[in-house]
Amino acid sequence: MAKVFIYPATSLILSDLVARFGHQPLGAALSIRERIQTAGVESPPLQITPEDPKRGLKYAAVEVPSGVRGRMAIYGPLIERAEAGVIVTDADFAFGCMGCARTDELILFSLRQRGIPLLELAYPKDEEEGVAFVAAIRRFLAGLKEGGQ
Amino acid sequence: MTEYTPKLAGTVTKYVFVESPATTPADLALRAYEASEGVMIKETCFGLQVTGGPEEVDRLIRQIRAFDPNHIFVKDRGFPPGDPRRCRANLGGARPGYFGHEFEFPILRFISHGLEELERRGEEVLGEATREKRTKPVLDVRRLRELIELEES
Repeated sequence: MAKVFIYPATSLILSDLVARFGHQPLGAALSIRERIQTAGVESPPLQITPEDPKRGLKYAAVEVPSGVRGRMAIYGPLIERAEAGVIVTDADFAFGCMGCARTDELILFSLRQRGIPLLELAYPKDEEEGVAFVAAIRRFLAGLKEGGQ
Repeated sequence: MTEYTPKLAGTVTKYVFVESPATTPADLALRAYEASEGVMIKETCFGLQVTGGPEEVDRLIRQIRAFDPNHIFVKDRGFPPGDPRRCRANLGGARPGYFGHEFEFPILRFISHGLEELERRGEEVLGEATREKRTKPVLDVRRLRELIELEES
């Protein structure tokens, strides 16, 4: 079972398909759950404390806005753990504020920098594309062994 | 600063979505209650949220997924159901995460079709993935002009 980072990190479709084909999807929920279930200082809504932008310094320079560094504190450790990645390139719902947009760019950049196997594809727009989408993911995941090789 | 003590620590929450012509969220809920064995179940309009120990949740999901495997979709959730920081009962309106679900929900039928075809045709379908994507015929400019002129006359 390989750890597969999914982008968008909140995608239901990618999360389901990766788990369905026998691998572990790494999505935003895992990092959020970790924060929600750790005792500390109350910091609603996502329990992102002032410590997180500091942790984000590992992934983004100090001049980078704290919003991006805070977000990278969520995604960065997942990218580090990832042994492979599945990226959907036309995910309009990943659109957000400038912090989200820059974080998204940094996530994709970091994934490509890591040199792990990546699959990039677009959401299906009809049934025929749906078949190709599912088949492409299955073929990619079937090719991953333990450790993402 | 207020101290924060987590509730339901050590549990896992998962969304179960159903997009099926044969199974409704209510059917799914009934079946889930039958197999729950201590897992907390929250019924929703799209399916369920299940919360419990990781093994129990995985077991329950395996059992309920078996009812309609190609039309039931599962993903992790960070918050437990009803968490006041996220629950719309406290915040009002749909919570932000649902926009993502709303975006992906209409695509689920294509994914279901893909899964069914994969099950039915197996390796043959896998071959299709590598084949160059067929381009759809686009509307010719001359034909478009003809249509406009036809419409205007």
